[in-house]
Amino acid sequence: MSKPEDYKGQTPAWCMGCGNFGILNAFKNAVVELGIEPHQFTIVSGIGQAGKFPHYLKCNTFNGLHGRTLPVATGIRLANHEMLTIAVAGDGDCYGEGGNHLMHAMRRNVNVKLFVHDNQIYGLTKGQASPTSPEGMITRNQPFGVFSEQFNPMAFAVALDCSFAARGFAGDMEHLKGLIKAAINNKGFSLVDILQPCVTFNKINTYEWYRQRVYRIEPEYNPEDRAAAFKRALEWGERIPIGIIYKNNRQILEDRIPAIKDLPLVRQPLDKAKSDITLKEFY
Amino acid sequence: MDYSIKIGGEAGQGIQTVGDTLAKVFSRTGFHVFTNQDYESRVRGGHNFYQIRFSDKPVMASRDKVDILVALDKESMERHGKELSAIGQIMYDATAIGIPAPKSQIPAANYLDIPFTKLAEESGGSKIMANTVATGAVLGMLGMDMDILIAIIKDTFKNKGEHVIDSNISAAMAGHDFAMKNCMKCSFSPNTAGLSFKPKMLINSVEAIGLGAIASGCKFYSAYPMTPSTGIMNYIAGKEKEFGIIVEQAEDEISAINMALGASFAGARAMTGTAGGGFALMVEGLSLSAMTETPVVIALGQRPAPATGFPTRTEQGDLLFALHTAHGEFPRIVFAPGTPEQAFYLTNKAFDLAEKYQVPAIIIFDQYLSDSEWTFEEFVPEKIKYTDYRLRGDAFKNLKEYKRHAYTDTGVSPMGIPGDAEHLVVTDSDEHDEEGHIVEDAETRIKMVDKRLFKKLPLIKREMEPPVLYGDNKPEVIITGWGSNYGIMKEAVDELSKSRRIAMLHFSEIYPFPSTDRFDYLNILKNAKTTICIENNATGQFARLMRAETGYSFNKFINRYDGRPFTLEELVKEIKIRLS
Repeated sequence: MSKPEDYKGQTPAWCMGCGNFGILNAFKNAVVELGIEPHQFTIVSGIGQAGKFPHYLKCNTFNGLHGRTLPVATGIRLANHEMLTIAVAGDGDCYGEGGNHLMHAMRRNVNVKLFVHDNQIYGLTKGQASPTSPEGMITRNQPFGVFSEQFNPMAFAVALDCSFAARGFAGDMEHLKGLIKAAINNKGFSLVDILQPCVTFNKINTYEWYRQRVYRIEPEYNPEDRAAAFKRALEWGERIPIGIIYKNNRQILEDRIPAIKDLPLVRQPLDKAKSDITLKEFY
Repeated sequence: MDYSIKIGGEAGQGIQTVGDTLAKVFSRTGFHVFTNQDYESRVRGGHNFYQIRFSDKPVMASRDKVDILVALDKESMERHGKELSAIGQIMYDATAIGIPAPKSQIPAANYLDIPFTKLAEESGGSKIMANTVATGAVLGMLGMDMDILIAIIKDTFKNKGEHVIDSNISAAMAGHDFAMKNCMKCSFSPNTAGLSFKPKMLINSVEAIGLGAIASGCKFYSAYPMTPSTGIMNYIAGKEKEFGIIVEQAEDEISAINMALGASFAGARAMTGTAGGGFALMVEGLSLSAMTETPVVIALGQRPAPATGFPTRTEQGDLLFALHTAHGEFPRIVFAPGTPEQAFYLTNKAFDLAEKYQVPAIIIFDQYLSDSEWTFEEFVPEKIKYTDYRLRGDAFKNLKEYKRHAYTDTGVSPMGIPGDAEHLVVTDSDEHDEEGHIVEDAETRIKMVDKRLFKKLPLIKREMEPPVLYGDNKPEVIITGWGSNYGIMKEAVDELSKSRRIAMLHFSEIYPFPSTDRFDYLNILKNAKTTICIENNATGQFARLMRAETGYSFNKFINRYDGRPFTLEELVKEIKIRLS
């Protein structure tokens, strides 16, 4: 049985008090409780403060390009669907640069777990608006305030019939750990949008701001009711629900592909095709 | 004997079916065949044609003159009537295309009005079998027998029932008999005397690339459809189940290359394919392949650009793009096959070297090469090289220590399969240390650049084959080219060698640029009086590369950039102009 210390990676270069620490700890505790060893999973990350996440852990890692976590994660799952594959991205990375991939990953229902560190701001590039920044937020690059409507990842996920959509809060680690475990245990594409205060650049959405608003979704709530889920997904402002907003039992992509019915691609004989090819069709 | 047949008409009229079927009849008979296609970027209408050349001697380019023109519409008669050879014949269905009388400048006896539609209906079929009538009629004009066509019909329609087979056979026979009986001036005599009657294989380059990829153990192909690369995806997708391959149609080319890199990182040989515009989107991923040292093979089909350009036409305009694109400095491999056979073996070499050196490998081709069918006696699957360069299972487990990007003498680090051992496989698009973790220090940076670039590049260069010299061994004239101009240049040499000491120098392994160690091609060039670089682009990109890599400058150039390939006569004429 592993302990949280076994997952200790490099020393984080995050700001003191960054919401990412809460996510890192919740994640370590979740994998320890699930009994998953470091070599048994791969984290694909992108660029931004969230992109550094796997370096501060111990795991197989592909820290790729900004916005491209999901295609890489999809490729890994299709080549080896015995590998637990987790994508970690920020709000700019996943909802901005990689928006197209998010839509199609949900449609494919590839069994990838996506954890979005959503701080509603760009941290690494020092404080520009992100897709989840509130309308009207003033930054150096948006001196007249953000004009675009705030992106709602939960409503987006429900609309696309995403297999699993949940919202967590970095300031409620115990609850977040439960969501991470539920996402890993869910068979299907799973999105956990994690509200995460940026202590340096986001002076609006602070720990205090979130604490006054977030509430845990009541146990009676049925996340499999899509209409109710859509209603709950639209809730934002004075009260912000955290917990599993929506889930379903759609068949995963990997189960639909004949070529990997028996064995993952990487376990199949790799040098056989050379002797199996035939030129008959060309005569 | 050397005959050319052209089938012209609108998109959607079934030109390709007629062309493919005839090409197959000729290759099965044992003839050498070369086909090429010219079509517009549309599903219906417009003007398209399919040209087939067949001979008892090897052919690898199209000629100007047409011996049989199958005109499925009026425009084909008007456009291509003037291409008829001295013995040429035009066949058409006057009722169907509404042409009352032949044009005056061509002797009326060269026209044969064959009621394709009526004969199809009389054969118990519908008018869609008019094309089968036309196919039979071509064989009738040539005086060839019908056994092979009948076998092809039986095979094509084997799942459609007896009636469909029988009526298609009757339709083909009706066309054949009509042409035999009514073509008074037909004087074709396909010479089968020198043939072995051994059927030849007929294959185009996208099929050859697909076949080469499968034979090389490619397990994953992700792409977004784009002419002229789509045929590779189609071919491999047809073999998914048989060979245990996943073909994933990505949402865009950015995703396509990143998926392939994910699959490759996980331990499967992976490939993507696209055209210039899609490759532009993949460029960031190309750089990612280099930084993470994750092997990937990319098939890049050129077409005239910038932007959307001529979507269905041909150009060699992306050579320097393929060589120089992507941020940063890193080694890459670029191959430019000149024939389907080269495409097959070079795809294998691309996979082998990409895996061996953990770098991206690009196979650059173009629409002309992708759509042209060639005949060969055979490909030899035994020549396919497969070496597993990855660390799997126990070999990985038994390592005491593992670092994905460990420094080595060759610059090549052990590539473990994530999950096969307790060792962690870590890589990063940021500059990283031996373990794969982000670094900022100057010392590691220098060591990593040396490892990725300076250690690997000379080793890869040593793997490159020099260009092929064909023709005179002490040539006064050398025509040089790369990629799809192989066939046309070779035929031009045959044509011109009757009166001159001429040779062709063809490059199919482009980068790292082949050294002169094994074959001093520079010396041969320097000893020639006239050296002509022939390219289907406006600026002479290969000539520029040659100058940059070797300091050698060609003294003459032929550049074609109208989106069309050369015919043999056109190229010979251009060469003669440069020699006069």
